Amino acid sequence: MAVITDAICSLCGSLCDDITVTVEDNVITDVERACILGRNKFVGMFLHDRIESPMIRKNGELVDVSYEEAIDEAAKILVNSKRTLSYGWCSTSCEAISKAIQLAEETGSLIDSTANVCHGPSALAVQEKGGPSATLGVVKNRADVMIFWGCNPAHAHPRHMRRYSSFSKGFFTQKGRKDRKMIVIDVRKTDTAKIADQYVEIDQGSDYLLVTALRSAINGHEDVIPDTVAGVSKEDILKLANTLKEAKFTCVFYGMGVTQSRSKYKNGDGVSSLISDLNQHSKAVMIGMRGHYNVTGYGQVSTWETGYPMAVDFTRGAPYYNPGETGANDVLTRGDVDAAIISAADAGAHFPQDSLKYLAKIPVIQIDPYANPTTELSDVVFPAAVVGVEAEGTAYRMDGISLRMKKLIDTKFKTDEEIVVDLINKVRELKRGA
Amino acid sequence: MKLEANLISGRTAYQGAYLEAKTHKEYFDACSYCELNSGDLVKLGVSEGDYLLVTTEFGDVSLFAKANDGNPDGLAFIPMGPWANAVLSPDTHGCGMPGFKGVPAQIEQTGEAPLEMKALMRRYYE
Amino acid sequence: MSELLIKNAVVCDPINNINCVKMDISIKDGKIVESVSSGAKVIDAGGKLTMAGGVDGHTHCAGKINVGRFMSPHDMRMTNVPGLSGKEAPTATTRAQVGYNTPNAFAIGYRYAKLGYTTIGEAAIPIIGARHTHEEFEAIPILDKFGLTLFGSNWQVMEYIRDDEPEKLAAYVAWGLKASRGYGIKIVNPGGGEAWGWGKNVSGLDDPVPNFDVTPAQIITALAETNEKLNLPHSIHLHCNNLGKPGNYETTIASMKLLENLKTSRDRQAMHVTHVQFNAYAGTSWRDFESGAPQVANYVNSADHLTFDLGQVIFGPAMTMTADGPVEYANSRMLHAKWSNMDVELEDASGVVPITYSPKMFVNAVQWAIGLELALLVDDPWKVMFTTDSPNGGSFVNYPEAYTYLMSAKRRTEVIEGLPEMALGRMNLPGIDRELDLYELAIMTRAMQSKIYSMDTKGHLGVGADADIAIYDLKPDSIDTTVEYAAVKKAFSSTAYTIKGGEVVVKDGEIAMTPEGRTYWVNAKVPQANTDAMQVDLAQKFKRYYTVNQANYMVEDAYLPHPVEITTEAL
Repeated sequence: MAVITDAICSLCGSLCDDITVTVEDNVITDVERACILGRNKFVGMFLHDRIESPMIRKNGELVDVSYEEAIDEAAKILVNSKRTLSYGWCSTSCEAISKAIQLAEETGSLIDSTANVCHGPSALAVQEKGGPSATLGVVKNRADVMIFWGCNPAHAHPRHMRRYSSFSKGFFTQKGRKDRKMIVIDVRKTDTAKIADQYVEIDQGSDYLLVTALRSAINGHEDVIPDTVAGVSKEDILKLANTLKEAKFTCVFYGMGVTQSRSKYKNGDGVSSLISDLNQHSKAVMIGMRGHYNVTGYGQVSTWETGYPMAVDFTRGAPYYNPGETGANDVLTRGDVDAAIISAADAGAHFPQDSLKYLAKIPVIQIDPYANPTTELSDVVFPAAVVGVEAEGTAYRMDGISLRMKKLIDTKFKTDEEIVVDLINKVRELKRGA
Repeated sequence: MKLEANLISGRTAYQGAYLEAKTHKEYFDACSYCELNSGDLVKLGVSEGDYLLVTTEFGDVSLFAKANDGNPDGLAFIPMGPWANAVLSPDTHGCGMPGFKGVPAQIEQTGEAPLEMKALMRRYYE
Repeated sequence: MSELLIKNAVVCDPINNINCVKMDISIKDGKIVESVSSGAKVIDAGGKLTMAGGVDGHTHCAGKINVGRFMSPHDMRMTNVPGLSGKEAPTATTRAQVGYNTPNAFAIGYRYAKLGYTTIGEAAIPIIGARHTHEEFEAIPILDKFGLTLFGSNWQVMEYIRDDEPEKLAAYVAWGLKASRGYGIKIVNPGGGEAWGWGKNVSGLDDPVPNFDVTPAQIITALAETNEKLNLPHSIHLHCNNLGKPGNYETTIASMKLLENLKTSRDRQAMHVTHVQFNAYAGTSWRDFESGAPQVANYVNSADHLTFDLGQVIFGPAMTMTADGPVEYANSRMLHAKWSNMDVELEDASGVVPITYSPKMFVNAVQWAIGLELALLVDDPWKVMFTTDSPNGGSFVNYPEAYTYLMSAKRRTEVIEGLPEMALGRMNLPGIDRELDLYELAIMTRAMQSKIYSMDTKGHLGVGADADIAIYDLKPDSIDTTVEYAAVKKAFSSTAYTIKGGEVVVKDGEIAMTPEGRTYWVNAKVPQANTDAMQVDLAQKFKRYYTVNQANYMVEDAYLPHPVEITTEAL
């Protein structure tokens, strides 16, 4: 029996690094301190529907094939494709992401991450107004006011509030929760809202109106604020603005309620502007609540390797970037790609129906440890090691801090990185042959 | 009776807990429901566990009815996943992001049970 | 065993007192040797200028630059310097390239190599973010890398200074260098990063840091003493307080004076003051703003304990990025520009803001002049490192353009003629006729770096040096660099050959091969008892205040595939 301490949980963007894992006969039998999400990933993994063998769809059914046959078939798809969509790469290591980008570059593909359906608009907002942020420990040590805007950590990031935010204790926040005012802005009373000091319910899709009203108040233009904005009374808006101005340190955590609702990236742009304005009065920062454990790492690697954080199109050789045109769902709904490779993310579960109808029409290659809805749409399937459990590698926490994930148990499966390297080599071989 | 609702989707702890077990019943249970507040369920004449048909401009899907009194009137919530995506908006509005929140929907009772995951996905080959 | 013989090289090698002398260079296994066998591969340099590979001792190439890239997709398409900016498709040898001020990692490697640079130093590594820095280092091809670790607003550092615990302070700094795999001590706006945690700043050397009861002057002095105690190869590397503010030259000189009497443990400076252009401003506001370069240069000429670098401004778009968080916020408000910020728990702050330096703007015109004045008014070129603080003053791909400003009064006059009248009265440049020669340029771009970083295998071409060599398409005996500045710029923009570790990486301005570079870091040894005592305090920091466990904090060996470990013994 081995007990591994300080293991990193590779589930959500909180990337908790204090997990203790017990391994018996190469099976994880216990984890300490993980939330239900993390626990199920570690302990539950042997109960999950592991893909056991490479598969190719023949006569409509996926049948087991050798690894070499699958590599051969997948490489042919990539070489014959005019423009492949490479998608996902967020539940894997930075080392695998780097290789995926190289494969996309060599095959003239378009490569995008799960940010396309998550915090992509936040990246656009940063490109409009910048991202005034901080590491999570700064919030833990300093923040006396925190706003959770359109996010629900009680469900999506269960240990966030204890480790980093509401309930954490730090240098200037020794009393923890008592030292902090917790505000939730949302369209429905979530479990996070239920434990807040103040819940501000807004009309769905009106985030931009509220952020604009708050900016008006903070910048001394109360007179332009109507009696009600976004379903919130002017009086409440002025009070909230005052709370923020009088805070010592405010952090706005924001989630899909901000990025996916009407106005999309303009909402994040508004929050960034609000943070800039607030710093005229007190200290304020913003942090996006990232979902996949390494979607932040994807953005980092893609940015230093291609110049852009997502939605990078290599069709013309040099990287081209234009979300709205080169996002994964943009090209699928337009029918602008003729093959896809999907790894470490599940487009089948998380893309709207029009995109999936198109994926069903084109050859799809999947690399994943587990069978999922994408498998149902795939034509070549590679089983992969679970990164962060069966393979080591780098991941980035939601605040941009990178950590090295440990290998906890052995596996017979290849890693995403190894599979992609095999694909790169096979593609080169086929191109030389041609 | 049909309810005109505003449909949003999002994460839940249980959706997340079975994220890597999507062929299992636990994932089906965690994602194949639609939440309305009890008042809206009463208006539709359904109880928790009854079937709802959610229809939008983009498709329709059968779901289990579930009550959540945190929801304001007319706000429907479906956990992110294949069932929600049967009816959410594919329009990326020029910035890449599909419409996962704020989709106008009609909701009514149905006799059709929700499809399990593989059957739901098979619809995309039709 | 690979051998290479470079014949007919006109060598400019100030470390070895060689000023444009025609000679042969022998290379074996990546090093410069006395001679090679007759089987050696031969390159005929044909009388061309040959220098050691350039060393950029202060550039932002890994870490924070990624924030700059992330927020500026427009930069990827900029083609301001043809051949060294903008988009390029991948080739059989090279990966795809993009960018100007914030190029992708591959382009950084290729473009520095084309300029004849073979070693670069990242200016600021937060310890907790060091893993990221080393990931980017690994992605930068060809070049050798090193980075300076931030200590100037670090809680453990400030507490040890406040509590007068010099031994523990030394043990902590040694540990921080190891944790970050850093090369030296960087201090940015000492104490200011902590004040910025509350949206505030420190106003000068004697303004106490909120809640920590130490002053910036104490931080500088204590870290400089620690630096010598640890016998580090570089001195402290200081970004002074009050950067970017009119009148700040006084703070800068006062900061320099702090260490006049510091006894150094090695034959090198006691302090390096960085991007002094941004810290040599006179006047009391932006209205009466003027150059403070003469005052700073006068002091530097009178002192023998310091070196500095320029932070030269290049007209056009740039991207400012610094651990000086409050400066970046102020920039963004003044310029109405987008603002990214990253406060780093227990350690420091940082910010990134795009800027455009316009020759039509009086302030920008004076800033441009100040950098050049500093280089030209300081008599001893061994005290001056050429930098643009890339990309703060401008992208490194503009270095050749900037060389012509230093080497040709005629070229300067051309530029000055386009500047606003108001600016001319606030600068001294029009009255300066000094023109640097190739020897002085070689000092400022590679030789002095060899000394200030104690890198005895870099920055020169003597036997035993790394075979990092730049051959420029310029014949020193037949060019007047004060007049033919277009030819100078062209030659320095794309080498005839760049050789890295004995391998030809650039030939005729094209990338020939892309070996992986090495990473230098300093392992400073201190008595174990001091480390043990320090660890007791540090453990509390991790237990109570950090959000990363100590076991996951230090950069692992996996992130330095080609490390060069410099070991020092504490005195």
